[in-house]
Amino acid sequence: MEAVKQVAGRLAPLDLADVDTDQIIPKQFLKRIERTGYGPFLFYDWRARGNFVLDRPEYSGASVLNFGCGSSREHAPWALRDFGFRAIIAPSFADIFRANCYKTGLLAVTLPESQVRHLIDLVSEDPSVEVTVDLEAQQVRGDGFSYRFEIDAFARECLLGGLDEIALVEKHDADIAGYEKNRAKWLPTVQ
Amino acid sequence: MPRTLAQKLWDAHVVRSAEGEPDLLFVDLHLVHEVTSPQAFEGLRLSGRRVRRPDLTVATMDHNVPTRGGIRAADELSRKQMDVLTENCRREGIPLHQIGSRRQGIVHVIGPELGLTQPGMLIVCGDSHTSTHGAFGALAFGIGTSEVEVVLATQCLPQKRQGDLAVNVSGDLPLGVTAKDIVLGLIGRTGTSAGQGHLVEYRGPTIRSLSMEGRMTVCNMSIEWGAKAGMVAPDETTFEYLEGRPHAPRGPMWEKALEYWRSLATDQDAAFDGVIDLDAGKLEPHVTWGTTPGQVVPVTGRVPSPRSETDERALRYMDLLPGTALADIAIDRVFIGSCTNARLEDLRAAASVIQGRHVHPKVRAMVVPGSTSVKRAAEDEGLDAVFKAAGFEWRNAGCSMCLGMNPDILAPGERCASTSNRNFEGRQGSGGRTHLMSPPMAAAAALTGHLVDVRELL
Ligand code: SF4
Repeated sequence: MEAVKQVAGRLAPLDLADVDTDQIIPKQFLKRIERTGYGPFLFYDWRARGNFVLDRPEYSGASVLNFGCGSSREHAPWALRDFGFRAIIAPSFADIFRANCYKTGLLAVTLPESQVRHLIDLVSEDPSVEVTVDLEAQQVRGDGFSYRFEIDAFARECLLGGLDEIALVEKHDADIAGYEKNRAKWLPTVQ
Repeated sequence: MPRTLAQKLWDAHVVRSAEGEPDLLFVDLHLVHEVTSPQAFEGLRLSGRRVRRPDLTVATMDHNVPTRGGIRAADELSRKQMDVLTENCRREGIPLHQIGSRRQGIVHVIGPELGLTQPGMLIVCGDSHTSTHGAFGALAFGIGTSEVEVVLATQCLPQKRQGDLAVNVSGDLPLGVTAKDIVLGLIGRTGTSAGQGHLVEYRGPTIRSLSMEGRMTVCNMSIEWGAKAGMVAPDETTFEYLEGRPHAPRGPMWEKALEYWRSLATDQDAAFDGVIDLDAGKLEPHVTWGTTPGQVVPVTGRVPSPRSETDERALRYMDLLPGTALADIAIDRVFIGSCTNARLEDLRAAASVIQGRHVHPKVRAMVVPGSTSVKRAAEDEGLDAVFKAAGFEWRNAGCSMCLGMNPDILAPGERCASTSNRNFEGRQGSGGRTHLMSPPMAAAAALTGHLVDVRELL
């Protein structure tokens, strides 16, 4: 996992609730066997209908996105990253989606609805507005405002350190081997 | 301390626990399919790691498989994904039920069928609907591809402890009302995020009276109201289902297992973080009208007036007007399939409605058994003949039109009565419109050409 400390850049507003992963990355694009190359298919169906907010020139190159929700499809955060986003802000995320974002080094930040609304209004009025999502300080800040966000302490540490989760688990190999030895004999194996 | 079923299952799998860190849990069974695994295997290879417990890992092909014409009918990218899975399984020694083989099927259908899904286990899969396996009193949940890689490498998974909820269902299910209606009714009442971050235990006399198939349907859709996992405490129904299955314990091991399994119930005084009560006696058959499973009403109802922007967007996408009676909505396609409702019992229920009748001339209807074994069993009792005589297409096993990743998709604007679990925009094909319902309800819609209360046909 790549380390993330803070993300600073322009903000793109996606003023919709209940955004599901079928929208973020439609299933016809899940057939790649790589983790990259999903960017062009981000929100494919919505963009195909034209005038989609992310395609408006004033928001191109933004690195922070506002929205919500999801399923287990890790291709969704891959597509968001590949498109150029490094942080997303919403009033809520499905747990599994948030977890998948962290694993790909995408900062998923929740703020109260009123603050999200403020950000959306702000950037809708002036697309050149810049914000900083600061993981160390747990803040989303910009000109004249600073909002604190909460994040699971362990997830934060992993993101800041860019820790490799497998390596972390492997450190406990003795515990795992011990557990394995004591598993019930009736449990199924497939070989 | 009295514990809930979920807490017992959790505790039994803790390899290591430390303050301020997620618990490290041991995974008893890791199910793998072609879509969410290639990047995980690739990651392993790049870091020089191997699969720690191929003997606790099983793979199948389901999402991409064409349901007729074999692998050659798949598009190039799908074929590549399937080939890559075959190669990965070969290299790592993981058993694979590939397309065309006797036991291939939807990952959540074959686990239980093979007796691999047992009470007390921790089961994961790179797929949201892994919650299905909770029907056996197992802790089962979906994971992302990075987590698939962690499990492949270590057979363990770091997880933060979750709170638990109880859903108490009482009352006898009225005629024509099924397990699907219990869970659709529940989601309609609680919304799509009420279960957020929780392990849910479905309890009460109605749940006890459900078959394993019915329990799987309910647990399957746990994710649709936000829960991390759903489960039902094991009982005689569970044991009866399991006994004699290929991977179920035998002889003295069966007795030992039974003894443990019987301890897997929530203790009398254990406290849940929340309790939801549902009266099944008052339930009607349910149908979704919108683009989330929470946008659902009884079939006797009407399309509601929008109460939010999300509702308005859904109405536009579904091309529906508020106030329209559901029974006045004509459909183009019918899909009986998916890990929610494509087991033998589901096909029997649909067939009993169809028997001796014919699919409406404007409707194209298909039945896709959840697994190759289900297909064979259904054919052994002549269900295929009932469906075919009525004008249904009878396909090979796979996820099929539950999600448009294989040749089975809706055309833009087509409206489908579907027994699957997700009605998101474009889920069954770009621009396609999905109405979720039970197998008997979908069967009834196929016959009449519109959404209809199946009770009128019984
Ligand atoms: S049938 Fe549908 S929900 Fe079930 S595993 Fe396949 S795609 Fe997922």
